[in-house]
Amino acid sequence: MTDSNQTTPESFTPEADKAPTLWERFRDSHIWHSFKRDRIAQLSLTVFMGYVIMALFAPMIAPFDPYDPTQIDIMNSELPPSWDEDYGDPQFWLGTDAQGRDLWSTILYGTRISLTIGVCAVLLQATIGIIIGLIAGYRGGRVDSILMRCADVQLSFSTMMVAIVVLAVFQASFGTELYQDLAMLMLVLVIGIAEWPQYARTIRASVLAEKKKEYVDAARVMGLGQIRIMFRHILPNTLSPILVISTVQVANAIISEASLSFLGLGMPVSQPSLGSLISSGFEYIFSGTWWITVIPGVVLVCLVLVMNLMGDWLRDVLNPKLYKG
Amino acid sequence: MNAHTLTEAASVADETGTDSLVQIRGLYKQFNISGDFLDQLKFKGGKIVREQSFVHAINGVNLDIQQGEALCVVGESGCGKSTVARTVMGLITPTAGSISYRGKRIDDLDDKQLLPYRKKMQMIFQNPYASLNPRMTIAQTLEEPVRLHNPGWNAQQVRDKVHEVMFSVGIDPSWGERFAHEFSGGQRQRISIARALAVDPEFIVADEPISALDVSIQAQVLNLLMDAQEKRNLTYLFITHDLSVVEHFGTRVAVMYLGSLCELAPTKALFDRPRHPYTQALLSAIPRLEDDRPPHIKLQGEVPTPVNLPSGCVFHGRCPYANERCKREIPRLIATDDGGQVACHAVEEGRIN
Repeated sequence: MTDSNQTTPESFTPEADKAPTLWERFRDSHIWHSFKRDRIAQLSLTVFMGYVIMALFAPMIAPFDPYDPTQIDIMNSELPPSWDEDYGDPQFWLGTDAQGRDLWSTILYGTRISLTIGVCAVLLQATIGIIIGLIAGYRGGRVDSILMRCADVQLSFSTMMVAIVVLAVFQASFGTELYQDLAMLMLVLVIGIAEWPQYARTIRASVLAEKKKEYVDAARVMGLGQIRIMFRHILPNTLSPILVISTVQVANAIISEASLSFLGLGMPVSQPSLGSLISSGFEYIFSGTWWITVIPGVVLVCLVLVMNLMGDWLRDVLNPKLYKG
Repeated sequence: MNAHTLTEAASVADETGTDSLVQIRGLYKQFNISGDFLDQLKFKGGKIVREQSFVHAINGVNLDIQQGEALCVVGESGCGKSTVARTVMGLITPTAGSISYRGKRIDDLDDKQLLPYRKKMQMIFQNPYASLNPRMTIAQTLEEPVRLHNPGWNAQQVRDKVHEVMFSVGIDPSWGERFAHEFSGGQRQRISIARALAVDPEFIVADEPISALDVSIQAQVLNLLMDAQEKRNLTYLFITHDLSVVEHFGTRVAVMYLGSLCELAPTKALFDRPRHPYTQALLSAIPRLEDDRPPHIKLQGEVPTPVNLPSGCVFHGRCPYANERCKREIPRLIATDDGGQVACHAVEEGRIN
């Protein structure tokens, strides 16, 4: 061991003086490189962004307002898409539904509702799940056991069963009119609360791995409070699994909402989501009016498919140890 | 503010006889390894009994850390030296015994009461790759303790303080916007040292701070720690297994074996004349260049498991001098004539000189 004073750092290189900006970091990151090479990810993101734009700007894109009864003419009902030479009307390029609403406009508004419900339900799931998962993982012991047993109980009920029971009871006890006003809120609450254990379990697992690392000990030695350690130090390090399950969960929530709407427990006919549109057209499918069901169905399947593809891609990028079969 | 009241409290304590900075008294730590309640139930002899087993990590350690010294704790892997460090810092609660700082007991305080002591006591960790939060920039990492312990400071004062410590450990303050993964191991360890120094502590626990580093960087970091000690009047509890570091760095050395303290002596006295048979064996294992060095003492057997501790002296199974008394009775630390302490019946009885 030499005695010479070597407190000078290894080197002060001039080019090291400028720290990269956030954008430069992103461009250098693994995510961006993998994204540039993965055609499926690019396609999925493009399609998904298309859906988001459709949903955000629905009132501007849609030629008609499906919520405005004055714009609906019952005489236009069940018109086929405009490429049908016999009955098609160039005014309604995807045709009209049983009430004479323009199907294209209704799909735009329906996508908006489906996406809103999906995202809000996932936000609710994530909030509950993250808080419970963090506390269970960080505190450990008895708190952990109690919270995780609650999660197990919740998981043993299927989402659909809980949702059907809650929504049916709500509809029966408070009446259909109130239900129609609150349908969106109720769907968000039911889907959000039924699925929180997914998040709680994933986060608890990553917290258990993270809290053994020395930076958590360092934060404790500093005297930081438990809440600050949990949210400021551990949570940012568990973000990648959260991101992965979020994409899949949004898709799941949209599917759940569509299923509930199809069963008549979702959005009312006056404010249709993709699911209730499919459901409303189902009665006419055998009379040859296929477009009311099939077109929203394709839109829904595409939306869920691209979200799942993005989730798969994200999981591969953020978890390189995973075997890619 | 707090520093002032603490030093006053300390000067009062000095007059009443406790002149050391940190006192560790009768420290025990056991870790339960028997799993949860259902795993503990065993079926034995027709009855269901609850069985628990423990790892006895620390078994009755008494240690005083004097103001201004660098007390090195050495011992092989698993002897409990890191557990002592973590218990002193309050990361682990002791099973029994007490830890006092300037005469005030601190091991039973809650987080809030401990806060003024956190400012006085800091820790440097072993692995510089894990001890910095990967999602925080260096400036955020360093500003956090400064803000927490100086709530009245404005942004400029905090930034000045962070720049000062970064500069003092040889990290360019303009690198603050970078993340930990953009630095080398040695630079990261400098940053962890800066984080410990940022709150102006007077006592630093260093848990093998250089064992994860490259040999060429070890000397730099060690010299940085010695410079900081001189400039800031620090006291170190230095955990290591590298005896050459101890000789270079330590003022006193504590040798641990299987959770117990074998010997505690000033560095020079210990290296010149080790008393405890374990210390003798440990020191004879240092590779040396001389031709006429004493032969390497080879110990028989393995370190016993800390789950079932040997009776009496924990070292008796491997000690060439052990007799019946060593198997029965746990030796206490006795003072030696060259200013150290040793826990050995053979030394006490004069069987070894």
